[in-house]
Amino acid sequence: MHEVKNASLILEDGTVFKGKSFGYPGSTAGEVVFNTAMTGYPESLTDPSYEGQILITTYPILGNYGVPPRRQQDDVSEYYESDHIHARAIVAQDYSWNHSHWQADRSLADWLNEEKIPGIYGIDTRALTKLLREKGSMLGKIVVEGEEEPDFYDPNKENLVAKVSCKEVEVHGKGEKKVVLVDCGVKHNIIRCLTRRGLTVVRVPWDYDFNTITDADGIFISNGPGNPDMVDVTVDNLRKAMQGDKPICGICMGNQLLSRAAGASVYKLKYGHRSHNQPVRQAGTDRCYVTSQNHGFAVDDKTLPMEWEPLFINMNDGTNEGIRHKTKPFFSAQFHPEASSGPKDTEFLFDEFVKLL
Amino acid sequence: MKENIKKVLLLGSGALKIGEAGEFDYSGSQALKAMKEEGIETVLINPNIATVQTSEGFADKIYFLPVTPEFVERVIEKERPDGILLAFGGQTALNCGVKLYESGVLEKYGVRVLGTPVQAIIDTEDRELFVKKLDEIEVKTIKSEAVESVAGAIKAASRLGYPVIVRAAYALGGLGSGFCDNEEELVALTEKALSFSPQVLVEKSLKGWKEVEYEVVRDRFDNCITVCNMENFDPLGIHTGESIVVAPSQTLSNEDYHYLRKLAIRIIRHIGIVGECNVQYAFDPESMDYRVIEVNARLSRSSALASKATGYPLAFVAAKLGLGYGLFDLKNSVTKETSAFFEPALDYCVVKLPRWDLGKFHGVRREIGSSMKSVGEVMAIGRTFEEAMQKGLRMIGRGMHGFVENKEMKIEDIDSALSTPTDNRVFVIAEAMKRGYSVDRIHELTKIDRWFLYKLDNIMQTGRELEKHDSLEALPDELLRQAKQQGFSDFQVARSIFRDSAESPEELSLRVRRHRKERGIVPVVKQIDTLAAEYPAQTNYLYITYNGSTNDVNFLHDHRSIVVLGSGAYRIGSSVEFDWCSVNALMTVKKEGWRSVMINYNPETVSTDYDMCDRLYFDELTFERVMDILDLEQPHGTILSVGGQIPNNLAMRLDAEGVNILGTSAKSIDNAEDRHKFSSMLDNLGIDQPRWRELTSKSDIDAFIEEVGFPVLVRPSYVLSGAAMNVCSNDEELDRFLRLAANVSKQHPVVVSEFIQNAKEIEMDAVAQNGEIKAYAISEHIEFAGVHSGDATIQFPPQKLYVETMRRIKKVSGQIAKALDISGPFNIQFLAKNNDIKVIECNLRASRSFPFVSKVLKINFIDLATKVMLGLPVEKPNKSAFDLDYVGIKASQFSFSRLQGSDPVLGVDMSSTGEVGCLGTDTGEAVLKAMLAVGHRIPKKGVLMSTGSARQKAAMLASAQLLHKHGYTIYATRGTHAFLGENGIPAVRVYMPSQPDEHPQALELLHRKEIDLVVNVPKNLTPTELSNGYIIRRAAIDLNIPLLTNTRLAEAFIKAFTSLRTDEIEIKSWDEY
Repeated sequence: MHEVKNASLILEDGTVFKGKSFGYPGSTAGEVVFNTAMTGYPESLTDPSYEGQILITTYPILGNYGVPPRRQQDDVSEYYESDHIHARAIVAQDYSWNHSHWQADRSLADWLNEEKIPGIYGIDTRALTKLLREKGSMLGKIVVEGEEEPDFYDPNKENLVAKVSCKEVEVHGKGEKKVVLVDCGVKHNIIRCLTRRGLTVVRVPWDYDFNTITDADGIFISNGPGNPDMVDVTVDNLRKAMQGDKPICGICMGNQLLSRAAGASVYKLKYGHRSHNQPVRQAGTDRCYVTSQNHGFAVDDKTLPMEWEPLFINMNDGTNEGIRHKTKPFFSAQFHPEASSGPKDTEFLFDEFVKLL
Repeated sequence: MKENIKKVLLLGSGALKIGEAGEFDYSGSQALKAMKEEGIETVLINPNIATVQTSEGFADKIYFLPVTPEFVERVIEKERPDGILLAFGGQTALNCGVKLYESGVLEKYGVRVLGTPVQAIIDTEDRELFVKKLDEIEVKTIKSEAVESVAGAIKAASRLGYPVIVRAAYALGGLGSGFCDNEEELVALTEKALSFSPQVLVEKSLKGWKEVEYEVVRDRFDNCITVCNMENFDPLGIHTGESIVVAPSQTLSNEDYHYLRKLAIRIIRHIGIVGECNVQYAFDPESMDYRVIEVNARLSRSSALASKATGYPLAFVAAKLGLGYGLFDLKNSVTKETSAFFEPALDYCVVKLPRWDLGKFHGVRREIGSSMKSVGEVMAIGRTFEEAMQKGLRMIGRGMHGFVENKEMKIEDIDSALSTPTDNRVFVIAEAMKRGYSVDRIHELTKIDRWFLYKLDNIMQTGRELEKHDSLEALPDELLRQAKQQGFSDFQVARSIFRDSAESPEELSLRVRRHRKERGIVPVVKQIDTLAAEYPAQTNYLYITYNGSTNDVNFLHDHRSIVVLGSGAYRIGSSVEFDWCSVNALMTVKKEGWRSVMINYNPETVSTDYDMCDRLYFDELTFERVMDILDLEQPHGTILSVGGQIPNNLAMRLDAEGVNILGTSAKSIDNAEDRHKFSSMLDNLGIDQPRWRELTSKSDIDAFIEEVGFPVLVRPSYVLSGAAMNVCSNDEELDRFLRLAANVSKQHPVVVSEFIQNAKEIEMDAVAQNGEIKAYAISEHIEFAGVHSGDATIQFPPQKLYVETMRRIKKVSGQIAKALDISGPFNIQFLAKNNDIKVIECNLRASRSFPFVSKVLKINFIDLATKVMLGLPVEKPNKSAFDLDYVGIKASQFSFSRLQGSDPVLGVDMSSTGEVGCLGTDTGEAVLKAMLAVGHRIPKKGVLMSTGSARQKAAMLASAQLLHKHGYTIYATRGTHAFLGENGIPAVRVYMPSQPDEHPQALELLHRKEIDLVVNVPKNLTPTELSNGYIIRRAAIDLNIPLLTNTRLAEAFIKAFTSLRTDEIEIKSWDEY
């Protein structure tokens, strides 16, 4: 039996959920969000889009297959989506103290301890999810027995993109064609998906004026955390790029920034799409895809200017899932074609992008 | 609707058998609902009269006919459907459909196959085509390479990669087979194998690999989803139907999960499925290597399970896709808002466990492996694996209380018990853990993934913690809660704390219950909503868990609901018929303006379809769980009499807690169930019964037999091994049985009853209100008493009963109904000889034959019974069985071919797994249909007769004459041959295996298929007599040659097929009778 400390999750509306601590026995605060994926906690935790958030997994049993080793391959992380955990904490109904998987080299609790990230289990995550669904995303904090209670922290008031973006220009891969990857908090699998297709990827910080890289064949805007309205610099750079005809592709935050650059507005969803089972339909076709998603903001379709059109639509709530320019080679997706974690049904979008180069 | 389809034919799966059971009633019912929603006329062919799908309101036309090409063609000719659905009736329907396609029948009548094209079905069914098809897209399958030399074997092995399995081709019983880890071992083994056989098969060994399955859906626009994935608890090598299955997968990483998911989608796109199919993988636990085991291009046991596990109605959606819809056209039937194109997110864990009844069969091996032997399954839902697993272990109904706190198991060699899995597998693991085996050691021996074992070990450890306390007061709340969260029942907690207390276990469990309720340790109700609470859902699909703090649903407490307890796992003796009863009770409850609430945990049923009731609790039918639900629901009342024996057994305890049991009182139920009380009641009423005595010593037994004479029926209260009941004809047998099976003692008395030979057995199914019979159906067994009523062939209305016998049965039944003040369904079994009748048994609940008699008579007995239980006035129907100008025959389906080694002989213990019911204008026609429907075929060449005692031989004489007259060659063993000769019937003398030097040998004729019907009647059920005919009977089963072991049934069948050709059988739907 494991000696465990009691811990609580306290929401800004005063609701308290009592559970037990695993991982780092410290307190923390952030925005509480839920994800309904049934696998993929190593990928989610290291996804920079979770910066500042407390992640609830609605699948009740967590930690089953441990954590794969921290290893680099082609100068990106082999198994993770960045070099460290971005989520503030993780919450589940039940934690598996013992794990089993050939790739694992330690348990989730060990990893969380290493990175000083608290975990809490024994919480009715279904009740918690329903609460968030009804009231919308909320701030929350995790207080471990005997530890000091921190203040609430609202990550949306910060420019999180600036926080997670790379600080200097990096080059990945070696290929004939060259694309600029604007790092708003890029998941490593986006880099892998591009380099695997024989591209040279020039990864630049979020506020870097990539228009100065004149020999680039295309521009790729990554995913990233937080409020897209905080990222004006990138939007301005994009507007400039859109004067030209170089192919532009965006994912998630990239979709929102491209939309903003086109002139559309974004809004915060009551509760975000965070799951592996979001159905999207390609506008005007019978083609449907199951997608992996992780976003709290959405593009307002109605504000798209004339020369743009929706590319994908969410089949559950009708929200925008991607846009494209009617004549120029610009398109983006709100979901994650790079998956990791989640279904790989839309990875072909990378091929579409490469074809345009 | 996208396609111009107005009328559709759906093929059912026929009788329930091992490997093809209730799941297809569910699938078919869903498909019929989907068609109905589209306004399409439906025609159903399914001889399984006990199913829900063959009830009024599901299909427009129902044919109780065999699902064979011959009959289906004739129905097509008559009905002229536009389309046919092949994917909803299991392998039976699929095979039949493929044959109709290949013979051009479908084309001839312009019938379109809806859904997956037949070519795609053929590509998945034919092993060679399948491998070729997947090779085209470089997807790996399990292949074996045939080699003829050691060098060839080495080459093959290096291509396949070690370890490999070497098998000698054409060798029986695995002679010369084995595993090789390296070349050295390979050389040694191949040399040996080549000495047995000219050819050796080398195959990659996947020993210890995981088995993982995906349920995949595709529409004609090429949109694909995987609705669910599932992982077997047991490693490869154990049939999925025999394995504990967990959903979603627990030990796969995201990468593993989506790698296999993507492959599954590639596969079904390439094969061209339209609708649903499953893809089964072997998956290396040490890498991402995989092999595709098989693809089922139809709804399956797994798809039914996946539907129940996720709330996604696969069969319903598949049927719609068959009509040409796209997934994007359809809505998620739980949320009603979101799209059907999505993949369910589970926020709970589901465990399926098989239910075996191997103890019912003589000679069957207990090991489980690559062929299926289980007869039913349960599904348990929890928010921890431990919780779901312990629920499930209770649900399978083998007297186990969960993973721990069970009765001691005697296992001599744990190591070999672990490495040779049997139906006791999980309990062997428990025993090993108890004896200190580590998770690693158990993993080594079983190859079960450590994760599952760690979880089981958690339960073990909590059990140990509990045992450290010896009173409820000393038990920390935290520990009690933890135990409940891991699925411990009150009983388990009570046993671990009170151990050898003198109080009854029921009382101790109640103490735990009261204590934890005081401490606020109570479970909550959660919904299954397909989207893990992401979207609002008005779902009524519920389960109970201790891993949660709030209920998902509100309780009105207006006492306007009625709780119906379902039947639990299908098992021998209780199956789809009770599902029919449960569903019909629910429908009447609803129709009469009450809210219907169902409790059941069998994923193969229609009653656990969440649109059959207002609330479905997919949970245990234990006293504890039922009380938990009743505490929350506070219904008007609870119905126990439609789900078979499991709910019936709860009557007294629920009554003691003040539960309002609708219908007959618990006290009356007890008076009928308790042998002594019932018997003295019959004595008081002057009703005759076979003499019986409950006895505790051999000398008492002898004294009783002195009085009644042999044979006697012996029922031990504690069974050591083998069957629970036996007929003993002499002292020697009695000794043997008591010594081997019964172990009579003061604690374990045996019940000995006189056994009346050559008596008729008669069933009375009825509904009474306040002790007055409102409707009844009397039916007769074709076989004489001695064949279990569940195995017997039943005729309704009776054709050969004296009017006087009928009159007496009615009178006695009336007396019993009055004495027990019955309100609701009941069944009485009688013996009749001359005009004397004796009562054998009385059950104050619906019986197995309720759907049969209801459908033949076209009066729904359950509807009436439910109205009675609701306290509504019920009129006596003004129709009686005497008015019927047709006959119904209910015949039993056996699954002996699946149960290797079992003796296919019928006795006092039930062994059939299913049934059919067919109608005919006379007995002969109905018998013929029914016998064909359970898989018998009309012989074309020769019949082997070996017909038991002199009396039995004489009984068969007329049949032998008929066979002879119709040109059959009769083969007969010594006694029968002599008897036939004396009576002027020519027969070929054949020899039993015990005389190997004589010719012709019966076995040889069977192998050569010279004989296509075997009538082998044992003189009696003594071990010596049985072993004589065993080899012949078993050979008949193994060679798929129809076998009859009862003279009365053999007579009926022979008379039927010699007087009527199958093409003379009328094709009449139910409503045309």
